[in-house]
Amino acid sequence: MDIIIIGSGPAGISAALYAKRAGADVTVITRGSGALAKAEKIENYYGLAEPVTGAELEANGIAGAKRLGVEFVQGEVVGLSMNDDFTGLVVQTPEKSFEGKTVILAAGSTRLAPKIPGLKELEGKGVSYCAICDAFFYRGKTVAVLGEGEYALHEAEILQPHASKVMLFTNGKEPAVKIPDSIEVHREKVDAVESEAVNGMERVSGLRTENGASIPAEGLFVALGTAGSVDLARKIGAAVENNRIVVDADMTTNVPGLYAAGDCTGGLLQVVKAAYEGAVAGLAAAKYVRKQ
Amino acid sequence: MAVIALNKDNFKAEVLQSDKPVLVDFWATWCGPCRMMAPVVESIAEEHPELKVCKVDVDENPELAQLFNVMSIPTLAAFKDGQLSGTAVGYQSKENVLKLFA
Repeated sequence: MDIIIIGSGPAGISAALYAKRAGADVTVITRGSGALAKAEKIENYYGLAEPVTGAELEANGIAGAKRLGVEFVQGEVVGLSMNDDFTGLVVQTPEKSFEGKTVILAAGSTRLAPKIPGLKELEGKGVSYCAICDAFFYRGKTVAVLGEGEYALHEAEILQPHASKVMLFTNGKEPAVKIPDSIEVHREKVDAVESEAVNGMERVSGLRTENGASIPAEGLFVALGTAGSVDLARKIGAAVENNRIVVDADMTTNVPGLYAAGDCTGGLLQVVKAAYEGAVAGLAAAKYVRKQ
Repeated sequence: MAVIALNKDNFKAEVLQSDKPVLVDFWATWCGPCRMMAPVVESIAEEHPELKVCKVDVDENPELAQLFNVMSIPTLAAFKDGQLSGTAVGYQSKENVLKLFA
C-alpha cells in the first residue's frame, strides 16, 4: 500500500482525496464515527447555504472519497510500528496488519488520562504507555493494564509471554471485548497507583481500588478506550508535546513517512483546520511515495 | 565525539567518574521510539563536546537498567558529578534532552 490513513473524519478524508488525486493508492482504516458526527449543527464552514449535521457532513465526505476510488477498511488500530528494514510502516488491527510506505495519523485527539494519583508521577517508574517497548522489564512479574477495549487487550497480549500474571483494570467500566480467562479482570475503579522505594528510587508497587484493596503489581500499562493518534505516535517515536503531535508545515512528523493532521496536532478543533491539514498531509505523503 | 556503548565494566569509569556531565540513552533494538531517538543522541554527541554521550543496550546490560530503575525505554538519563540528576522517558526532541543539563 502507498498511503494508509488512520481516521475518516475531515482530516483523514481530505488527505485521502488529495493523495488519491495525486495518483497514490490510498486506504483509509476507520473504526467509525469520530468527533464530527457528534456535532449537532455545522454552520461555520465554507459553502453551506443551510446548516448541516456533523454526521451528514461526515457521511458526505466518506461517500465522496469512495467515489474517487479510495479503499476503506473497517477496523480499530491498536498498534503502529516501523517494518524491519525501515522502509515502511506497519499498522495493526486486532484482525490483521497492513504495511504502507506512508501513514497519515488523522484519528482525532484523545482525552487525557484520568487523574488517578500516581499515574503521571510514576511514568517511567512502572507506569508505561508502550507494552512492546517495556514488556521486557516485567519478565516473571505481575503487571496490570488499565483499559477496557481492544487496545487494552492488545497490550495485555503483548505482556503475557513475559509477565507471570497480567491483570486488566477497567476502572469501573464493563470490558468492551471478550477477555480470555488467562487475564484477571478487575472492574473496580482505581483510586491510586501505589509505589514503594527500592534502593532509594520510587517504583510502582500496586493499585488501590475504590473498595480500599491494594492489589500488588509491578507495572501498569495505560491503554484506555481506543488508541488515539497520540497513543500511536508515542509507540513509534513521533514527537509529542502537551498531548499534541509535533509536525512541520508539511504535516510531517520526525518519523520518516509518518504524517499527522487534524485535531491530533492541536490548535483549532475545527473542520476547516482539519481539512486543510489533511490536504497538506495527503499531498506531502503522495510526494514522498513518488520519491521512493 | 562518538557515542560510547556502556557495559558493566566501563560504566563506573565513563559515567560515575566522568569530569564532564554525561547523557545516557537506555535503549533496545525492538523499541520503535528508541530507533527514532538514536539520531538525536548522535547529533548531540557531535554538537556538544562539553557533554559525554553514552548508550546502554538494556537487553545486553539488564543489570545497568536495574541499577538506575529504568523500566521504560527510551529513558534519557543525565549525570552530573557521578550523580543521576534527571531523566526523561519516551522520544524527546534534542531541545528537551538538552534541558536535562540546564
